[in-house]
Amino acid sequence: MNSKINKASRHTSQNEGLIFEKSSPGKRAFELPPLDVPPANATTELGKHHRQDGVAGFPEVSEIEVVRHFTRLSTWNYAIDLGMYPLGSCTMKYNPRVNEFVARLDGIATEHPYQPEELSQGCLKILQLLEKCLLEITGMDAITLQPAAGAQGELTGLLLIRAYLERQGNPRKKVLIPDSAHGTNPATAVIAGYQVENIKSESHGQIDVEKLRELVTEDVAALMITNPSTLGIFEERIPEIAEILHAKGALLYMDGANMNALTGITRPGDQGVDVMHLNLHKTFSTPHGGGGPGAGPVAMKKILEPFKPIPVLIERAGGRLALDSRRPDSIGKVRAFTGNFGVLVRALAYILAYGPGVRQATEDAVLNANYIRRGLEGTYDLPYSLPSLHEVVFSDAIQKRNGVNTVDIAKRLIDYGFHPYTTAFPLIVPGALMIEPTESESKEECDLFIEAMKFIAEEAAQTPDVVKSAPHTTRVRRLDEVGAARKPVLRWNPASASKAAR
Amino acid sequence: MRYLPKSPAERQEMLSAIGAKSINELFECIPERYRLREALKLPGPFSEAEVISYFQDRAKENSGGYASFLGAGVYNHLRSVITDTILLRGEFLTSYTPYQAEITQGTLQAIFEFQTLMCQLTGQEVANASMYDGSTATTEAVLMAERLTGRRRVLVAKSLHPEYRDVLKTYAKNSGLIVEEIPYAANGTLDGKALHSALKDDVAAVVVQSPNFFGVIEDVAADAVHAAGALLVVAITEGVSLGGLQPPEETDIVAMEGQSFGLAPSYGGPFVGVIASREKFVRQMPGRLAGQTTDSEGRRGFVLTLAAREQHIRREKATSNICTNQALCALAATVHLTLLGKEGLREMAHQNLSKARFALAELEKIPGVKRKFDSPFFNEFSIEFPRSVRMVNAELLKEKIVGPLSLGSLYPELTKTALVCVTETTTRAEIERLAAALRRALEKPL
Repeated sequence: MNSKINKASRHTSQNEGLIFEKSSPGKRAFELPPLDVPPANATTELGKHHRQDGVAGFPEVSEIEVVRHFTRLSTWNYAIDLGMYPLGSCTMKYNPRVNEFVARLDGIATEHPYQPEELSQGCLKILQLLEKCLLEITGMDAITLQPAAGAQGELTGLLLIRAYLERQGNPRKKVLIPDSAHGTNPATAVIAGYQVENIKSESHGQIDVEKLRELVTEDVAALMITNPSTLGIFEERIPEIAEILHAKGALLYMDGANMNALTGITRPGDQGVDVMHLNLHKTFSTPHGGGGPGAGPVAMKKILEPFKPIPVLIERAGGRLALDSRRPDSIGKVRAFTGNFGVLVRALAYILAYGPGVRQATEDAVLNANYIRRGLEGTYDLPYSLPSLHEVVFSDAIQKRNGVNTVDIAKRLIDYGFHPYTTAFPLIVPGALMIEPTESESKEECDLFIEAMKFIAEEAAQTPDVVKSAPHTTRVRRLDEVGAARKPVLRWNPASASKAAR
Repeated sequence: MRYLPKSPAERQEMLSAIGAKSINELFECIPERYRLREALKLPGPFSEAEVISYFQDRAKENSGGYASFLGAGVYNHLRSVITDTILLRGEFLTSYTPYQAEITQGTLQAIFEFQTLMCQLTGQEVANASMYDGSTATTEAVLMAERLTGRRRVLVAKSLHPEYRDVLKTYAKNSGLIVEEIPYAANGTLDGKALHSALKDDVAAVVVQSPNFFGVIEDVAADAVHAAGALLVVAITEGVSLGGLQPPEETDIVAMEGQSFGLAPSYGGPFVGVIASREKFVRQMPGRLAGQTTDSEGRRGFVLTLAAREQHIRREKATSNICTNQALCALAATVHLTLLGKEGLREMAHQNLSKARFALAELEKIPGVKRKFDSPFFNEFSIEFPRSVRMVNAELLKEKIVGPLSLGSLYPELTKTALVCVTETTTRAEIERLAAALRRALEKPL
């Protein structure tokens, strides 16, 4: 064991097979209350549709086995609850437990989306208060809480733009996207029926405003911008960018993935942004849960409001709230029902806990990123020197001289007790190390991280093979991803299991 | 603030290390005229106790104390406390998408088990790691069929959940997809004649739901669909039905809502969508997939695989713009179905079947109430009243009953038809209370 590893020690990790491998006929983990009506004859009721013996292959195990199975699996994960999770662009902050508690309350979790309006006022008030809070935070005029995730928020935003431009007589053809953008941006533009035109960043990593001026024609519907950019840098000229677009009748879309750098400090609505989405699972602390659920509310300027997806939250005379679907100009529905309500509840609980003090969270997030930047500058190459906000992007240029790349360093970080940073993104930085500590890290945790990164840099220079073959302390070593893709095994069956065992 | 782990002295120390005089210096990159001078006007800050009481107060303004007969894509089923116990483990709750496989084997293996369970349930060969919900899964299944066939027309049963149809139309509008609706027949199933006349060789997919929105089990002639070179997409909103029903045979793509598997109604979400299909179609399938592989020492492990389809690699050429899945909801479904197991799911399905029949029999005893569609059903059925459902439900509400869904706003021809849902959580006493209240409501003079 490397004596320089200060954050973590090894301990025994339980082995556990697939649940299907523990199954034995007759074991049960769940019992229903007895049936209080006459039993139906399924064969006569359902005829040929009837499935007599239950689902073939379904597990048959006991309650203790289920609890142990999933508890053992859980111990194989790294998590925010265990320590710093510096994934750039993902905003892995503390997920307050009170949020989980309130989302599960009777009267919140139990409510049906089709129950009458008069029995839904509590749910609707929650939606209304969250809408108000997010409008205050973004400085926009109107909002929809429906989109199920950031990418669906992007699509909703572009459909709003499209509907607005169609109303002007021409939906236009192209959406401009900087080369530093998230991959969802171009994928979304295509679904909204637009061609994608990429814009190269200028030498400081910012939008090339002169180039933009040339590119914005009457064919351009919108520019999708991430601010601060994926480099963690604020697009200083954003008002000017907005002016260029607006002068040609195009709109400015902002990917709000990085709102954790701006909340309480500045508001996109004040800077000329026409429409933006928020990732509640990033900025507003709803749990990532291993990859979802998220929620991607879309905030917009007044000109886009008539096109909001249905249903729209309205306040009737007398103050009663309702959901209104009679909106002739609406882009339609983007998701069934009223969105990921349970996620919205959690985000509101987060905002209420901070109130106006949410600014302190932003300040601490930016403080942490800059502290790490200062701590690692010189040890790692900093390709763009403009000031960092909530995240800092280094490159592996120095370590590459010894054949060690960003993925190797990231994997070695695991041995030091940390989750890796984001590797190989944004695309404009070859060999990127994208680090976003968030406000949830103490000075002590940041110091341990800096120390670990420095030790790894030393190792990369002196014993590069140790880094290149990392991680050394995990249950499994680097996995064969090429093999997994070449001959995909995507489900358990007895044959594939025995093959793997051999 | 209790979530922030720094003292003022530590903040100062960090600022000094950076070489900044004040925190404001770190924000100088934002033009001054755009920096807020005043604090945001937000409610709070609130202590934990205050946050809880705010939401408890809201909860009291909802439907507590009412019996409900609503389903229509969101179902109330028994859930074990074990599911939340597992979900609340920080290692699952506060972990990210498992891109770093070495330290996310727990999530990856659970997804692999989820994919397996979904294949077993639907009778398909591959299932993805989940979609947002049933409505978006259905839309993505159609887009997948469009890619597979290179065709642009889609025939959608009018008995597919109206909100699913609406979502599909929103996505279709700008992608050149033509969506046509096929009416339902007198028995509530897809109108076979109408389907046959619409089924030409430019059709990418035929989309039906089973049990359909009226509760009726569909019986689609897959042969005719396939003979036209189209794919059969089957949407399932009530997953528990698969404990009692054969999965739809000869289906090319199943798009399912998994809310019934351990997820609370939660006023409409978060839920979990599923896409399951044939192995040969996997490269056109949207969303994440976990696959089995080995590590450098030959041990079994799991990774996210076939990422070459996805947006972070393919950007504008990706199969879908979907990035996130609903991992935690998929985990809930995995834990829940593992707890239920083969026998538990079968028994739950049987209880639904039995109680729905008991309810139908009780309601049919009321003069003027009759079953709308004479076809096999699972736990939902449509009944017709002698007067508008809206009026009837207003009366039921006075007796603390949330009545069955009025179909009139979704199908203008069905203003007197209601969709009744009964699950294993509905007690005999509640069903009898509904029947008695309904009888009284209908006896009232108009």
